[in-house]
Amino acid sequence: MDEHLQATPICSRHRNLHALMAPFGGWDMPIQYEGIIAEHSWCRTRASLFDICHMGEFIFQGDFESGGLEDVFTFSVKSIPLGRSRYGFLLNEQGGIIDDLIVFRLAGDKVMIVVNAATAPKDFAVIKGRLKGGLFTDITAATGKLDLQGPLSRDVMVAFFGEEVATIPYFKFVTMNILGVETIVSRTGYTGELGYEIFIPAEKVCGLWDLLLTDERVKPAGLGARDVLRLEVGYSLYGSDIDEETTPLEAGLEAFVNFDKTFIGKEALLKLKEQGVTREKIAFEVNGRRSPRHHYAICSAGKVVGNVTSGVFSPILGRGIGIGFVSLENVAIGTPLTISHERVSMEATVCELPFFKDGSVRA
Amino acid sequence: MSMYFTKEHEWVKVAGNVGTIGISDHAAHELGDITFVELPKIGATVTQFGVLGSIESVKAASDIFSPLSGKVTKVNDALETAPEVVNESAEDAAWMAQIEIADTAELKNLMTQDQYNDYLKTL
Repeated sequence: MDEHLQATPICSRHRNLHALMAPFGGWDMPIQYEGIIAEHSWCRTRASLFDICHMGEFIFQGDFESGGLEDVFTFSVKSIPLGRSRYGFLLNEQGGIIDDLIVFRLAGDKVMIVVNAATAPKDFAVIKGRLKGGLFTDITAATGKLDLQGPLSRDVMVAFFGEEVATIPYFKFVTMNILGVETIVSRTGYTGELGYEIFIPAEKVCGLWDLLLTDERVKPAGLGARDVLRLEVGYSLYGSDIDEETTPLEAGLEAFVNFDKTFIGKEALLKLKEQGVTREKIAFEVNGRRSPRHHYAICSAGKVVGNVTSGVFSPILGRGIGIGFVSLENVAIGTPLTISHERVSMEATVCELPFFKDGSVRA
Repeated sequence: MSMYFTKEHEWVKVAGNVGTIGISDHAAHELGDITFVELPKIGATVTQFGVLGSIESVKAASDIFSPLSGKVTKVNDALETAPEVVNESAEDAAWMAQIEIADTAELKNLMTQDQYNDYLKTL
């Protein structure tokens, strides 16, 4: 293992399960246990457990307006109701995406900000630099995070932790006692299935991992399956589909930007809206089983018109699927495109998101 | 029937002047779940260590190289709709192509099973 990599508290469990490990966002993470397709299928039909301890968590406590937090993100923090969470962006001055994140409203004057692992140190510095008051702390090391995702995840959670879990609606969370400690159980996830993100103090996360795996409906799944699952439902992956060179307008994510409030990057976005974007995100399906992959060229009539940012073989659709950015004349649903890279070439058609529409996420 | 291997983890089973080609169990395991196999065309001429086809898994895309020169006489087109057979039986049911061997002298450039097993230990 690379000495610069961080290990989650679950790391020894992954090794005992003979997981294939690889670096992700500066962490030594499990890519697969029994196989990406088997783990994908289990999550779509039963319940899968993911070690997501690598993601970053920050706490802000104080007055959102005078403390400056209200202007940090593309959405309003103060208008998030207690017990709810909201997805959006931290932008740079040019409107580029520094990170995509979720803010959880814990109390009248307190939120938890959940960010991507690779960007966490920069996010923390940028947010801190924009704040004018309040208490801002990085609780990543002290926080364990497990995701339980799949159509049976609610039944599993209820079996272990009681009926209270069954009442949590999508993008809402509760704080409850699990293994003797205060734990946040949030009805959110990254798979398109019914599921929960569980935030528990790091010293208890191995116990929770072991406990959930005693249920025969639950199996561990790695980041490989997680990437296939998220792409089938069209969720963006930071660092692949979105980055500091990409604005929410080009990425089809304007719904998560509130232009009725102040935020850093707003002026650049308004200017871009006025000028019009020159490229846009598209989704496409391949006519066959080949996988498009990150950086493959997207061509039309023999000319490169864009590039693939994410691509996989979708086990549930039985064909290659991908996301990419192309010039505006190629964004209409049904547009035929060729995806090419060296000797590889595949025909594809622009389609709607999500690719997979029958997930249990809102069940 | 003798079986020979390349450093790129293809195998060829030789019976007279007929060579049957596939990828090794080791390669299939390393690639993970196989999702696509591109086979050569019947009648195509292939050269030793030249591209024969390609294979994709959820994780990666790789070329398949021909262990020997020759002319493709048969392909296992069942793999086009059931590429997962490569994971189940890489060195038997998931043969990919049969060739008419051009020159058996090229076998000296390949490894025997024992040599290949030793080679895997060095990786």
